[in-house]
Amino acid sequence: MSTALVEVSNLNAFYGDAQVLFDVNFRLGEGETIGILGANGAGKSTFMKSLTGLVKVDTNSIRLRGEAIGGNAAGEIVRKGIAMVPEGRRLFPSMSVEENLLMGGFAKRKGKWNLQEIYKLFPILKEKRNQPSTSLSGGQQQQVAIGRALMSNPDILLCDEISLGLAPVVIKDIYDSLPSITADGMTVVVVEQDVNLAQRCSQRLYCFQEGRVALEGKSSELSRDQISEAYFGI
Amino acid sequence: MIETVIHGILLGGLYSLFALGLSLMFGVMRLTNIAHGDQIVISGFMGIAIAAAVNINPFLLILLLVPCALVSGYAFQYFVLNRTIGKDPLPSLVITFGLSIIAQNLLQEIFSANPRALDTGGLNTMGLNLGGDTVVGVLPLIILVCAIACTFGLQWMFAHTALGRSFRAVSDEKDIAELMGLNSARVYSMATAIAFSLVALAGLFQSMRTTVSPTDGPNLLLFAFESVIIGGMGSFWGTFLGAMTLGVAQQVGFHFDPGWGIWFGHLVFILILAFRPSGLFPKTKG
Repeated sequence: MSTALVEVSNLNAFYGDAQVLFDVNFRLGEGETIGILGANGAGKSTFMKSLTGLVKVDTNSIRLRGEAIGGNAAGEIVRKGIAMVPEGRRLFPSMSVEENLLMGGFAKRKGKWNLQEIYKLFPILKEKRNQPSTSLSGGQQQQVAIGRALMSNPDILLCDEISLGLAPVVIKDIYDSLPSITADGMTVVVVEQDVNLAQRCSQRLYCFQEGRVALEGKSSELSRDQISEAYFGI
Repeated sequence: MIETVIHGILLGGLYSLFALGLSLMFGVMRLTNIAHGDQIVISGFMGIAIAAAVNINPFLLILLLVPCALVSGYAFQYFVLNRTIGKDPLPSLVITFGLSIIAQNLLQEIFSANPRALDTGGLNTMGLNLGGDTVVGVLPLIILVCAIACTFGLQWMFAHTALGRSFRAVSDEKDIAELMGLNSARVYSMATAIAFSLVALAGLFQSMRTTVSPTDGPNLLLFAFESVIIGGMGSFWGTFLGAMTLGVAQQVGFHFDPGWGIWFGHLVFILILAFRPSGLFPKTKG
């Protein structure tokens, strides 16, 4: 198994008094693509928010290259190399496509990704770079969201339900772009509700159920029955 | 009547300086600063006090007071107002309302209740003949030019600079802006710093153009608030044009009767609020 880039140990997360994650353990190796599955409310998005600092957690529960980063501010975490494509895209509506992409580069990390590289990956965005981001189709908006996250030149890219609300043909295009992103060794975590997609694009899978990791294993070795049981709890 | 409109536009220049800071703070943070008018008055009194102590050119006071306002605005937002920002607007309203009361009482204690003005060496009575019987004041003209420059500068900064993008980002999606590496507390503080510097400018011009007294704050806040609402939230040129509308409405009222000016402005504000609640020049969404 590859060297641990991110180590999550006994992670608990709360919204006020309500506990959402219960003793989650998770390991992410350098260059891996990991899939996270789970039904609505299973805690997948909260887990992603914990990794990016949007949900405050215990300092030692998340380690990046051995450094405790749990509870760090989101801005510090992106500078350390973790970027997220949020659920629902959440582009800046007052900005053009290019301005949205430039916001992604605010952390100013060095690396391959810049506007030209993003436009190479998603050529349609170059054509529409001066248009308001809200005027784009759902798939194009998702491309902007992915491009914006890549602009920070992250070591780890977290993708939270990037297929949500998109047509199958658009989802295929988006997932077809993943190999270009991971070609240089970028580590990717993909949260999905679609079992086929998650299994196909990842090397390992975690399945969340009611805030706990119910199943973990190599994507190619997990059977449909095992995943269904962990996904639905039946 | 043309002269009335011209004077209304000149008065609108001063009102737009009152309103720009309020518009900026509301646009970026959805925060309404109830002490905004009192801060204008404080700046006026600070200018008057410094000029009395060291006999300085009133325009040099701008170079002195605007940087002070930048620093104090940043610190006030960072250490006080940032703690009140959230989904509930009440805490910031209560804090700034309390600040308004403190400011008025402190000013009365220090300067007494008498109105005062900043000595401009006669600039405030100088006129410029535009031909015929139409004469405009030089100082109001300077204030209008300054207001246009500030409005243009703010709008340009919002549209074309990284700081402007940061303001728009935290206003649009605060969480996501933080995911990009922005520190929203610092961005908010920058917005308030700029707003306070505009307030300092407005206060100095107000005390040059007319008199200021410790209890003027709420009225000035009302003019600023009306300008923002008339113009439509979210656009600095909208705020500028809203201030022009208010200034012209008041001058038209004054034209008919010296006692009608202020309430004529309020009447126009209420009519616009009733028939065009999003203002005359609302920001168009993309």
